[in-house]
Amino acid sequence: MYAFTYHRPTTVRQAANLLAKHEDAKLLAGGHSLIPVMKLRLASPPVLIDLSKVEGLSGIELKGRSIVIGAMTRHNDVARSKELQEHLPALAEVPAAIGDPHVRHVGTIGGSVANNDPNADYPAACLGLGATIVTSKRKIAADDFFTGMFSTALEPDEIITKISFPIAKKAAYQKFKHPASGFALVGVFVSKRASDIRVAVTGAGANGVFRVKAFEEALAQRFTPKSLDGLSIKPDGLNSDIHASAEYRAHLVGVLARRAVADAVKR
Amino acid sequence: MTAVSMTVNGKPVTADVDPRTLLVQFLREHLRLTGTHVGCDTSQCGACVVHIDGKAMKSCTMFAWQADGANVTTIEGLANGAALHPMQEAFREHHGLQCGYCTPGMIMAAVDIVKRKGHDLDDRTIREELDGNLCRCTGYHNIVKAIAAGARAMK
Repeated sequence: MYAFTYHRPTTVRQAANLLAKHEDAKLLAGGHSLIPVMKLRLASPPVLIDLSKVEGLSGIELKGRSIVIGAMTRHNDVARSKELQEHLPALAEVPAAIGDPHVRHVGTIGGSVANNDPNADYPAACLGLGATIVTSKRKIAADDFFTGMFSTALEPDEIITKISFPIAKKAAYQKFKHPASGFALVGVFVSKRASDIRVAVTGAGANGVFRVKAFEEALAQRFTPKSLDGLSIKPDGLNSDIHASAEYRAHLVGVLARRAVADAVKR
Repeated sequence: MTAVSMTVNGKPVTADVDPRTLLVQFLREHLRLTGTHVGCDTSQCGACVVHIDGKAMKSCTMFAWQADGANVTTIEGLANGAALHPMQEAFREHHGLQCGYCTPGMIMAAVDIVKRKGHDLDDRTIREELDGNLCRCTGYHNIVKAIAAGARAMK
């Protein structure tokens, strides 16, 4: 690992100022993606800005018809949240499937969303629920936030402070875990909130998380797994690697979408 | 260099370290607490698990300064003098180890499981909760038996 200096700001404004001042700085949240890539020298930020001392970035709150989660809230706290168990259990299932218990004690929702790993789980939940990403500058709809593999709409000096998830009565996440890494080979999050129906896919797309409009239109007719019978997505533009071919991933998208809808209608 | 101070196994410690120093390096190389191991160094094997403010975490994937001000417990801090912790005793009794390399992390993870899931643990729960700890001897059968017994003994 290359040498670096670090800062531990206590307010979002201080953190944003530091980020603006140090061009190549990286924010450190849980660090469970960043520190491994620093060890491999795939990233070598000269400055780290640790967010763990910034006040007000953790917690889960029911606000009207939404659940608002602070960016530094740990995976384990989201997975065990009483508010989520009661109002939006599908969202609690997402961090419960990340990594292992030790990783979940440290990893954060904001870190995962900002990193936008193409195999990460939270991006599918954000896009699949139509979440709003709240930053130090503005509010960004999930549809506009995820712009490609490891890239987002965040500006260089912008920091995620919280994420607001509208409560959907029917929602579910289905993940096909890579047996070694635990990352999503494919993960599908579906939700139905009044007439807004969403099917979001992670793990499969070469450009990261995406929605499947054809599935959403079919489910708009009737929100049942049967509506997806005979439907599939094309392997074009899907990842193909030693773990799975694009054709296999395309097949999994259909299978997991049907399973997710089946789970969602049981709620 | 950066100054770090924390409580390790009940004792306050202070040191000047390079910011790159991982918590596991700090424990092993600065404090000479070599019970915490480095296995994979990639956040997967769990040989480096310690408790930070009461929660199991992978000390190979955090910097020492991130634990500044924290209360850290390592495998050396579990026993009460010459008397082993009930989970350590259960690993001994049920031969929950072969080469022993993963054992400190397994025991720290096991104590954390009991804290979160209680004292009556079925095999399935234990195996699921050990997702973040690898035994390269594949000695899981006795590890699971040891954790179930240790959890009961901790009542």
